[in-house]
Amino acid sequence: MTQAVAPAPVPAAIPLRELAPWALFAGVILLALLYLVGMDQGATSVVSGQMLHEFVHDGRHLLGFPCH
Amino acid sequence: MMRSLLIRGMIAGLVAGLLSFVFARVFGEPAVGAAIAFEDRLTAAAGEEGGVELVSRGVQSTIGLAVALLLYGAAIGGILALVYAAVYGRVARLGPRATAGLVALVGFLAVVLVPFVKYPANPPASSSHETIGLRTGLYVLLVALSIALAVGAVLAARRLTVRFGWWNAVLIATGVYIVLVGLVGFLLPAMDETPADFPGTVLYDFRVASLGGQIVLWATLGIVFGALAEGSGARRSRSVGRSARTTPGPAV
Repeated sequence: MTQAVAPAPVPAAIPLRELAPWALFAGVILLALLYLVGMDQGATSVVSGQMLHEFVHDGRHLLGFPCH
Repeated sequence: MMRSLLIRGMIAGLVAGLLSFVFARVFGEPAVGAAIAFEDRLTAAAGEEGGVELVSRGVQSTIGLAVALLLYGAAIGGILALVYAAVYGRVARLGPRATAGLVALVGFLAVVLVPFVKYPANPPASSSHETIGLRTGLYVLLVALSIALAVGAVLAARRLTVRFGWWNAVLIATGVYIVLVGLVGFLLPAMDETPADFPGTVLYDFRVASLGGQIVLWATLGIVFGALAEGSGARRSRSVGRSARTTPGPAV
């Protein structure tokens, strides 16, 4: 850690204007993906049935999402 | 720039998901299997018919587990890349690899470890079907509050650095985060549903494996994404022709 703090130059930040559209669109899609893997067909259902829930069942439990 | 970072984040996430799948397959599945065996004994003792299997155990414990962890890894990797892009060059004078490692570490603590202390991962047959709505709501609420408090702590640490130096600033911000998130955890209701005769060793093994898998995932993500982001930064600076500024050099 100390090595990095020494005389390192200030790194150039990515302008927020460039980041914002990506954060919005990709962020929404990625959160939707997390929801589908972790929660759909549990407390709430967007996709009907139990197929998705059953398929990712073990992953859900081991990732710590609340499951049945 | 952002496109390239996002893709790198998701690739790192797939690598992390794959490693975490290997870990979960070896160390997690035995506990999941034992919990399901307990469930089957309960069902049999009650004289009920087991439900129809939509997806066989063989698929659930291999392809299903792999797909779940790969998708989770890719999603977390993409979000990590977005957070990295917002943090890099703004919060601390750290190079790409150290920034990626720091974001992954804080992410793991805020998203996984702290919520785990209050609402730990539960194996099959250890919680009640009826409370899934309540448990999901409380879990999401705790994760969201933990993330919000962690973001606040990082911003506070950045401000306090001017006055107290970065080490003390980080200590103060961390302390405030722990107190506040501890208060949240104290106020949220406890969920105590595990059947009294649920095997203790299975519960223990399952939770250790669950946490271990998450550690593998986030650690891999931080390290691999750091290396990929570092590579992207080096190429960019060469193409722009100001390599002196972002030479990969000693940045950790």
